[in-house]
Amino acid sequence: MSEIPRLAVRGLTKRFGGLVAVKDISFDIRAGEILGLIGPNGSGKSTAMKLIMGLERPNAGSVQVDGVEVAGWPPHRIARAGVGIMFQHSRPLHRQTVLEHIKLALLPDSLIRLAADPDVDRRAREIAEHVELGRVMNRHPATLPFADLRRMEMAKAIARDPKVVLVDEPFAGLTAAESKTFAALIRRFRDEGRAVLLVDHNVKSLAALADRVFAMYLGEYVADGTADEVMRNETVRRVYLGGKIETRERSPETVSDKPTLLQVDNVGVLYGKATALDGVSLTVREGEFVSVVGLNGAGKTTLFNAISGLVPYSGTISFAGNSLRCMSGAAIARGGIVQCPETRELFSDMTVRENLDLGGFHLPVGARRDQLAWLFDLFPILKSRQQQTARTLSGGEQQMLAIARALMMQPKLLILDEPTLGLAPVILEQLSKAMDLMQRTTPITVLLGEQNVTFALPHADRVYVLEHGRILWEGDPGRFEREMAHGFLEVVGDDETPPATRARA
Amino acid sequence: MKNLFRSRMLWVALAVAAVAATLPWWLSAYVLGILTLAYYFGVFSMAWDLLFGFAGEVNFGPTFLIGLGAYTAAIIDANWGWSIPLCVIAGGLVALVGGLLLALPALRLRGPYFGLVTLVAVLLLQNSIVIFAGVTGGEIGMMVPDVMSVSAESNYWIALAFLVICAVLLFGLSRSALGLILQASGQDPTGAQALGFNVTRHKLVAFCVSAVFSGVAGAMLVFYQGTASVGTVIDIGVGVQIIIAAVLGGRRTILGAALGAIVLIVASEFLRPLGQLNTFVVAAVALAVILFFPDGLLGNLLKAKEQT
Repeated sequence: MSEIPRLAVRGLTKRFGGLVAVKDISFDIRAGEILGLIGPNGSGKSTAMKLIMGLERPNAGSVQVDGVEVAGWPPHRIARAGVGIMFQHSRPLHRQTVLEHIKLALLPDSLIRLAADPDVDRRAREIAEHVELGRVMNRHPATLPFADLRRMEMAKAIARDPKVVLVDEPFAGLTAAESKTFAALIRRFRDEGRAVLLVDHNVKSLAALADRVFAMYLGEYVADGTADEVMRNETVRRVYLGGKIETRERSPETVSDKPTLLQVDNVGVLYGKATALDGVSLTVREGEFVSVVGLNGAGKTTLFNAISGLVPYSGTISFAGNSLRCMSGAAIARGGIVQCPETRELFSDMTVRENLDLGGFHLPVGARRDQLAWLFDLFPILKSRQQQTARTLSGGEQQMLAIARALMMQPKLLILDEPTLGLAPVILEQLSKAMDLMQRTTPITVLLGEQNVTFALPHADRVYVLEHGRILWEGDPGRFEREMAHGFLEVVGDDETPPATRARA
Repeated sequence: MKNLFRSRMLWVALAVAAVAATLPWWLSAYVLGILTLAYYFGVFSMAWDLLFGFAGEVNFGPTFLIGLGAYTAAIIDANWGWSIPLCVIAGGLVALVGGLLLALPALRLRGPYFGLVTLVAVLLLQNSIVIFAGVTGGEIGMMVPDVMSVSAESNYWIALAFLVICAVLLFGLSRSALGLILQASGQDPTGAQALGFNVTRHKLVAFCVSAVFSGVAGAMLVFYQGTASVGTVIDIGVGVQIIIAAVLGGRRTILGAALGAIVLIVASEFLRPLGQLNTFVVAAVALAVILFFPDGLLGNLLKAKEQT
């Protein structure tokens, strides 16, 4: 253990304004070792990766590559010091072939060398063969399937011959068979004595590959150890699943005979070549509170964006009996479907009151006043913050404002996308209370997307489980607790049996 | 270099140039004059495409660099009577220095701000020329004592040769290893940095190359026309024409930019009988091409090839 680690990270810290995105993170990766860095969205794992690559400058801490301090260097110098990165989404050049992309990665950073070494061409071809791109190396990336684009990114990383390889979501958008090939390629990095950092949402996909796993939440260290140890860790389980699951049964007859408000039928969405949603169908009845639970990357936001008319989709979505196919996003919002997006999208330089007034812009003065009064009952904290600009609010207050602004539009269907993202437990409780009060005081219909099951279940009449763009399960919260809670854990856990089979059995 | 000679586009372009060299035996001096002007504009547009198409930076002030070259050459020639080649070289050098002084701070800015800085630079240059009218001739412009030639044929051949030389150099550069790194820097700066390339330095070099070619071409234009004036080498309208020409011909093609400039200038000349409507029709056609064929004339040909 006396050898110097290939990558040594100590006390790494990054602040964005008042938000601490990465707080005092330390880990080592030795030569020939794969470390999995996991955490839910907003946990700071991607920021940590960017800090190592130099794409963001750390506020404090050290990053050493083979004992050389590189923290604060510009990315091109860190790259030359031996750090390579595989981005999740490749942005291929417009007019170059696959081979030329690989050659680019082999070129020295020189302003005077107009012609590449003859060696470069040979090396590029070798690498293309190595990652199984040999057949397509003279084609343009625009004509290639998604997995081949990932292979091209892999080839570029190999071409730099890095000591440390950072891989962002190695298996996102790949099929099971493709994932296997990729895992084999990543193992070769390890065999060649490189240090590999894999960044992903959950342990499961990395369990078979990573030698050690390091878990983060809200920018901080949570746990590390083998994949098994991390999965068994109490804090990790709580982070992913929330605490004890509570359900609140509503009498079933109150909703089951209500008319259907939203009908999603066999909806599919492609992002370029990656499948984001695949044959999703769901129903929301009037006055219902429906939760869609799934880990990040499962397709919740894509589903909501399809409903709100923000992304093109196949299949049909109808609202109160009318197809939404040909309607613009603005028309859909005016029609009564209001989405409160994950990113909140507040007007950050306007005051709380101005944000709310804009939301209720179309209401007559009297109705706006009543609506505002009701919202201040729902979120008392906003009343005292009326004159503050939105950017000065804490994360939890911003989330409340985002929900309140959506409610100002008096939606028939309110879509809440991951409202608990990056919020502390105490704030969750406040939000939960507000949800409760909202359900009791208005006949509003809610579609909630959540990763945090503890938050999603108590209010829900029905639950859908979404994974890899597909609906795996549907039922009421009581059944979820009995049948699915264990299965959902398995998404984080190591069980090889897909939860789907259990649910359908 | 092998790639360069394998490029069919370059051979076709050289064949077209060879045919163009015979034009003085067919065409009138008037038409030759228009083409001569078009060839200089072709160089302006190619230099601009290197920056926009490859380095990904929109330079709204190509005439800042052109004007620096043109006025430097004109002032030196009028005051000290240096020979024309020396004046042209001086013009290129001053444009290079001016470009560096502009780009060094401007490239630190992100997004549209780089473009805005270049736009302001043009206005500054235009104002300085009006203010220092004693040296520069102000709004009327200044005559130069020397001209390249009084023969329309000679002027035509000089301009054509200049265009061909610039095209080969710029096209070669765009297809070189440096051109590849430049494209990566322009299209995906984060990715290029992660591959170990100093993106800012590469963009700076692109700006310098663009400045030298613009400055030299500006200086040559002065000795063809015999005058340097704000209206012909500095005005924002001239810059807009250069930009439209480059986009019309096809972004990231270099040769397309020259083609676009020739088409644009010749078209507006042939539409001259329309009077005031002339500029309108040319602008409308350019707009239609940009809206419906954003890849431009040459870009569409290349795109068809890429789908295979």
